[in-house]
Amino acid sequence: MEASTEHAIARLTELYRLMARIRAFEEVALAAHAAGELPGYLHPSIGQEAVAAGVCSVLRRDDRITSTHRGHGHALAKGAAVRGMMRELFGRAGGVCRGKGGSMHIADFSVGMLGANGVVAGGIPIAVGAAQGLRLLGCDAIVACFFGDGAINRGPFLEGLNWAALYRLPVLFVCEDNAVAAFTAACSVTAGPGAVARAESCGVAAESVDGNDVEAVAEAAARLVARVRRGDGPHLLHARTYRLLGHTSTDQAAWRDPAEVAAAKGRDPIARARQRLLAAGVAETVLDAILAEARAEMEAARADALAAPWPDAAEAWEDVQDIGAETMEQA
Amino acid sequence: MDAALAPPPAAVEPITLVEATRRAVAQEMRRDASVWVLGEDVARGGIFGQYRGLIEEFGPERIVSTPISEATIMGAGLGAALVGTRPIIEMRIFDFALCAMDELVNQIAKIRYMFGGQAKPAVVIRAPHGLWRSSAAQHSQSLETWFAHLPGVVVAVPATPADAAGLLVAAIRSDDPVLFFDPKALFAATGPVPSAIDPLPFGVARHEQWGDDLTLVCWSSIVPDCVRAAEALARDGVGVDLIDLRTLWPWDEAAVLASAARTRRLLVVHEAVRAGGFGGEILARVVERLGPGALKAARRLGAPRLPVPFSPPLEDAMRVTEAKILAAAKSLLAA
Ligand SMILES: Cc1ncc(C[n+]2csc(CCOP(=O)(O)OP(=O)(O)O)c2C)c(N)n1
Ligand SMILES: [Mg+2]
Repeated sequence: MEASTEHAIARLTELYRLMARIRAFEEVALAAHAAGELPGYLHPSIGQEAVAAGVCSVLRRDDRITSTHRGHGHALAKGAAVRGMMRELFGRAGGVCRGKGGSMHIADFSVGMLGANGVVAGGIPIAVGAAQGLRLLGCDAIVACFFGDGAINRGPFLEGLNWAALYRLPVLFVCEDNAVAAFTAACSVTAGPGAVARAESCGVAAESVDGNDVEAVAEAAARLVARVRRGDGPHLLHARTYRLLGHTSTDQAAWRDPAEVAAAKGRDPIARARQRLLAAGVAETVLDAILAEARAEMEAARADALAAPWPDAAEAWEDVQDIGAETMEQA
Repeated sequence: MDAALAPPPAAVEPITLVEATRRAVAQEMRRDASVWVLGEDVARGGIFGQYRGLIEEFGPERIVSTPISEATIMGAGLGAALVGTRPIIEMRIFDFALCAMDELVNQIAKIRYMFGGQAKPAVVIRAPHGLWRSSAAQHSQSLETWFAHLPGVVVAVPATPADAAGLLVAAIRSDDPVLFFDPKALFAATGPVPSAIDPLPFGVARHEQWGDDLTLVCWSSIVPDCVRAAEALARDGVGVDLIDLRTLWPWDEAAVLASAARTRRLLVVHEAVRAGGFGGEILARVVERLGPGALKAARRLGAPRLPVPFSPPLEDAMRVTEAKILAAAKSLLAA
């Protein structure tokens, strides 16, 4: 086997593992939610793992990302610790945000993950500012900014494109086009041809990619990240994918066209990567072991979270502000 | 030492409030290379001259004139703070900051908390606020109470050049996000400011004058009107204990409680609308702390619940004035 082919197989195997871990994390978290173990609700990204995995696989550890309400995959792909994330979803002590954020506000600054966001398009201004700050500090790290196809109808998208282009900031905009914005087909509320055309209108070079083909995502992201890093200014990657589940863990998505969902399942990014690996001669047992390991890792994280203590009530008063913070006694 | 022989206080010279803030920013930008300014028209000095000449010294990478994109000015400031810089976010006029409420209220004020203390958003948001003759309803608002109500931010409302400079230096050095309300109407007011500006502590009021008959609490643009009213009362032999809070969150509860306990007459004056204003919080706190019988009389004086009108006689009809402050004080003294 040629070295380059071998390398490609090894790389795809790692992407497969990463996608499998993201899927397993969410499946386990959804099961925990259904079992009443986990407060609140979740925004699953099942079916979209290739975008997070492909893009983050070409980033450096000191590169930053901003994420969305559907951000488990982004955080895991950037290297956030699984147990800290799972405990956060459970609202337990030892959560990566000490139980103050939950699923929708996962952040792990130690790996450059500057935060999920409960506000659609909320991460875009933060991403361009982070890029500006990094440049001011003389650092060559870049920022990848994830947002959905619904976010392109909010003002910060236009502002952020213009801003990043104006100052030639090191930002890779990543539009995760999963065809829906909550319960509405995104195309039914979006005028014109969409994210790529809007980016190009601001002078931001953009391209579309099959977002369920993890190798294609990684290849496109690698190319664009290289340009962004060498100072060519912001770029936009438009990744076409599909949200296989409902908007949240409480939405059974019964309102969706079953034929559309069935067709999308046939394009499942994990199944496609698996087919490719099998065709390249990787043994089925190897791939099954990857799935089993991912599952076991996440089940162990679930058990750890369930056994973890709740945060001390006094912590509710911590980390508001240094100056003028109210104390528990004042309440 | 004989006072006549004492060296003049060389470090102190009267300058305008706007110049005081300009010097504060320049001083901090010289001290710390991670401090920078972003906002509309700041490269030409800002619309009030708050940044005049700074582009020459610090260049366009640190004095960044931006598009008219308030949401992104606010949000980019936050993003830049998250990677370790200290941005001064210039909002031009407070009313335009309302276009950036998601970035301020949902993001800046909450990110430290939501993320369990992983990041402190060390930003200063400068928002020139308040009445400014015939600027009408969208360029005159005083909504500082909204932000005193918002967990996660510090609220500064200075009224003198020295206080503005000292609080701005403190704001720039603070790891907490500080909402700094420049008093537009007082930008031209003059006062002594030391040439080396030390940070002022937040939450420490300034006693403008001491007195035993009436406690008058105020802040920001209305302070000079309160001073004149107190001077008029002094001519009638009434001693006003005049407290300029200087910061609204935290606010100097101890100073107000001590004064109110002594004078037993409390008047809070603000330019903002009275209903739901911070004067209500102060009165409520005094009653909670000193008990319902501690005061002989108490009152809030603020604007009626109206948008700010354009025409001078209409604006005068609704704004708090020296005459209205005097009348309110006299009604309290008669009680
Ligand atoms: C500013 C704002 N408006 C509305 C919502 C409620 N909301 C949450 S997710 C969502 C849909 C977002 O669609 P998209 O950006 O395509 O992301 P996706 O959910 O598909 O990942 C909406 C409307 C919100 N969180 N923020
Ligand atoms: Mg979508």
